[in-house]
Amino acid sequence: MSGAGSDRYEMVVGLEVHVQLKTRSKAFCPCSAAYGAPPNENTCPVCLALPGSLPVLNAEAVRLAVRAAHALCCTVNERSIFARKNYFYPDLPKGYQISQYDQPLAVHGHLEIGRNADGTPITVGITRLHMEEDAGKSVHDRYAGATAIDLNRAGVPLIEIVSEPDMRSSREASAYLKVLKQLLEYIDVSDVNMEEGSLRVDANVSARLRGETRLGTKTEVKNMNSFSAVERALEAEFARQVAVLERGGTVEQQTMLWDGARGEVRPARSKEGSHDYRYFPEPDLPPLELSLDYIERVKRELPELPRARQERFAREYAIPPGDVEVLTASPALADYFESVARQAGDAKAAANWVMGEVLAALNASKQSIAHFSVRPADLAKLIGMVRDGAVSHSAAKRIFGDMVATGDPPDKIAERAGLLQVRDDDELARWVDEVLAENPAEAARFRSGEKKLLGVLVGQVMKKSKGRADPRRVNQLLSERVGG
Amino acid sequence: MAVTRDDVLHVAALARLALDEARVPALVQELNGILSHMDVLRKVDTEGVMGTAGVGDAAAPLRPDAVAQIPLRRPRADLAPAWRDGFFLVPRLATHDAAGGEEDDA
Amino acid sequence: MTGTASRTAVEAVRAAFHRMTEVRAGRDGLNCVLWSDEELALQGAATVDNSGVTGPLAGVPYVAKDNIATLGLPTTCASRILEGYVSPYEATVVTRLREAGAVLVAKTNCDEFAMGSSNENSAYGPARNPHDPTRVPGGSSGGSAAAVAAGITRIALGSETGGSVRQPAAYCGVVGVKPTYGRVSRYGLVAFASSLDQVGAFGATVDDAAAVMEVIAGCDPRDSTTSDREVPRYRESARESLEGLVIGRPREYFPDSLEPRLARLCDRALEAMRARGATVREISLPHTDLAIPVYYIIAPAEASSNLARFDGVRYGLRVEGDGLRGMYEATRSRGFGPEVTRRILLGTYVLSAGYYDAYYRKAQEVRTLIARDFHETFEDGVHVIFTPTAPTPAFPLGAKTDPYEMYLNDIFTATANLAGVPAMSVPIGRIDGLPVGGQLIARHFDERTMFRAAYALERELGAEAHR
Ligand SMILES: [Mg+2]
Ligand SMILES: [Zn+2]
Repeated sequence: MSGAGSDRYEMVVGLEVHVQLKTRSKAFCPCSAAYGAPPNENTCPVCLALPGSLPVLNAEAVRLAVRAAHALCCTVNERSIFARKNYFYPDLPKGYQISQYDQPLAVHGHLEIGRNADGTPITVGITRLHMEEDAGKSVHDRYAGATAIDLNRAGVPLIEIVSEPDMRSSREASAYLKVLKQLLEYIDVSDVNMEEGSLRVDANVSARLRGETRLGTKTEVKNMNSFSAVERALEAEFARQVAVLERGGTVEQQTMLWDGARGEVRPARSKEGSHDYRYFPEPDLPPLELSLDYIERVKRELPELPRARQERFAREYAIPPGDVEVLTASPALADYFESVARQAGDAKAAANWVMGEVLAALNASKQSIAHFSVRPADLAKLIGMVRDGAVSHSAAKRIFGDMVATGDPPDKIAERAGLLQVRDDDELARWVDEVLAENPAEAARFRSGEKKLLGVLVGQVMKKSKGRADPRRVNQLLSERVGG
Repeated sequence: MAVTRDDVLHVAALARLALDEARVPALVQELNGILSHMDVLRKVDTEGVMGTAGVGDAAAPLRPDAVAQIPLRRPRADLAPAWRDGFFLVPRLATHDAAGGEEDDA
Repeated sequence: MTGTASRTAVEAVRAAFHRMTEVRAGRDGLNCVLWSDEELALQGAATVDNSGVTGPLAGVPYVAKDNIATLGLPTTCASRILEGYVSPYEATVVTRLREAGAVLVAKTNCDEFAMGSSNENSAYGPARNPHDPTRVPGGSSGGSAAAVAAGITRIALGSETGGSVRQPAAYCGVVGVKPTYGRVSRYGLVAFASSLDQVGAFGATVDDAAAVMEVIAGCDPRDSTTSDREVPRYRESARESLEGLVIGRPREYFPDSLEPRLARLCDRALEAMRARGATVREISLPHTDLAIPVYYIIAPAEASSNLARFDGVRYGLRVEGDGLRGMYEATRSRGFGPEVTRRILLGTYVLSAGYYDAYYRKAQEVRTLIARDFHETFEDGVHVIFTPTAPTPAFPLGAKTDPYEMYLNDIFTATANLAGVPAMSVPIGRIDGLPVGGQLIARHFDERTMFRAAYALERELGAEAHR
């Protein structure tokens, strides 16, 4: 994307992220906030905006919003005010969205999105985090000449997280989104699923000559439904702006829509003045007042956040950074790993199994780690069996396969499949003698001191035992035969 | 601060009201008439006075996060001017962009 | 309440319907009743008679303004845009009245979406004043006031935003109460200006209105602006004297230009309260003259937003036009009358970019000053403020053509809505046979003291002041 011209320019990006909060009921009415009900089933006088209905705020939506604000190191305001954002759209039943404007829930946060080569943190400022309600869904392509309106989503609680224009590339932008998504998953405030729309991203983009300190005119890019779409849309819009500037033109402040199919951005057709939202304080809701006690309590309830957990993993389990990234990608995976590591008493083995067999099995079976058929205790037991030589490593992999399929404990499976190693000397001795007998030539050369033949003979014994013989013990027995 | 004809047309567009041409001059006059009486406010000293926000004497009460059905004594379909398969129907937008909804020329 | 205890609910409801025909309450007559259904009402009455519900409102018929959501009868706000709309849910005040045994017999005419002071802005034509059908009943709750004045029911529900209960009560010679903001649930009251709206009560007597207030007042989990303070027994103040009560007489409400006969009736009312042991004190509410400008910025601003939901998508009128935008504009232009259109334009203008600070923000600040006037007065030991309710008696239909001249009708009443304090109108006599009212204003949530003064005033002035 970056032609000769654009190298002289720098991309400046700020992101506005809307996140659906994980509540049972909607923000201002008791309707279910669940996804996927038949159209307009989850609606009532309030979210249908029937004449005379009034909003009442959901306590859990407030708690989750404050929780997210803390995780982003924001200052949570003891007093915030709801406001009406007025505009007409058929999936906006009241003709206004209840949001926050002058006095948002929280301000002045920041998020570390990575490290520079020299190890210094790359940090993006959070301007504000406020609460608002979602709109319904407009289905444009279902009926000829008509748009179909489903208000099940109308009134579902959202937080809007507005960043400072601190990102300088599309890569930084998607890094910010990945870190933010992971953070929100860790604190369990949202499903953060971009495809299902529980996380939505708008971007403010501008271009300026490198070294320039003033910001250029920005455009707002909308309609991006995946992280990769965000990256591509930003590159496309940046290139468009650079081209304009190179021509000596000026960038017009406007809203651009990303067209994933065409891979291009185009201006949204919008009337001038349609941006006059006429915000004013929502008279149906008194100010939201939160006690310092409450704000502090929600902060104390925060779980261990990704960065802290990564540092602890590196420290406690002596795992290399790359592996830590993989193991802490999601809180569920990190929990799983930790549970296995603790019970097996062997972090290194646990890490290898989780990053190898477990992730492979999850990808293959499309299971989520939360409902994975192999319980951490059982995987820990399997690791123990390998360590104690109860099963060979190759057998362990077969056993794991059965565990994924059946959910049975490893010892039961090993038993069933006869994969437990034989350590009974009589049985092993018989096999050894048989092998020596069946291979007189090798046996003789071995006796006469050709130690390299030991491996060959051990292999034979293993073969005879169908892999069940304990190789270490077979070694000893063969050596004894020579010595003896 | 006199209201112009363009102001009235702009505001009517914002409010989704189609004014019939004949009424516009009268409306411009009426609004100016009314607003002229509002000018006294500009002379009032409100230095350091907080605007009234929320007349109630308490903060916003919070509702426990419990799902409940507020019964509707008439089906939604009966209320709706146009209804199909559980959806409210409206004329298709001239130019529609599912995501850029509020930007739309609705 | 008097005169109902002996009768069954069914008898009372029959009587109400009989009276409706007698006074020609419909379109061809007073036009105070928009919707009624005798069968439905009689069913409700029978339920009450069999339920064994007791209390002052058991078996008492009532009417409700057409901007209050009811299940059985339409709720149109006297607007084309809600023609035929029957609410699928019910207002909290209606539920409470039913549970107390009151029976809804009709929905009453009003100014469209409660925007007006004469009831002339109704899509169904003006209601008329029972004392002189060539005159307005006042507004916006004109139909409810007229119904009580005509003797159809003893009690009625109305709604207040800037005087819409008190002013018609004064014009019709009945009692009208505007409670403290937050005292009565607004759930099911179709919003005009949310920070000013309150459901109000009409009564043939102070006691009738007090009985209604005792039932409808109180916290409602569905209205975030209601207060959880407990509700006093207003009717207990009926026989109390006014010993120790300080009545404030604000000079701004008694200008030299005030109709002298009205001024004299007010003096007589103040005298009456003195006779009951009250002391009268001259006071000043210096920001009174700013109330109308402030009110006519804030109310239309909130209205422009509250009425955005009438878009032809989910309920009510839809008029097809060119595409979605055409449908919006056709529906709203056809559905809203001229005054509602005017106020939506005005409200949108004062909120729009570039004008917000000069108008809306400024108005909210001055509103604070107006509220402060009342606060300081009450802090100084005044218990109740007495003023005329309206500057004149009921005026003839069509008399007021200039919008702002019409707005000035609310000059004595809008202040209480802006400050959120309780206020009521009580008949204090007649001018040329037309009733006029006196207004009592009390401190936040002190309706009890307001009623105490009202009971005394009513007793002292006697039936002569009544219809
Ligand atoms: Mg938003
Ligand atoms: Zn709902």
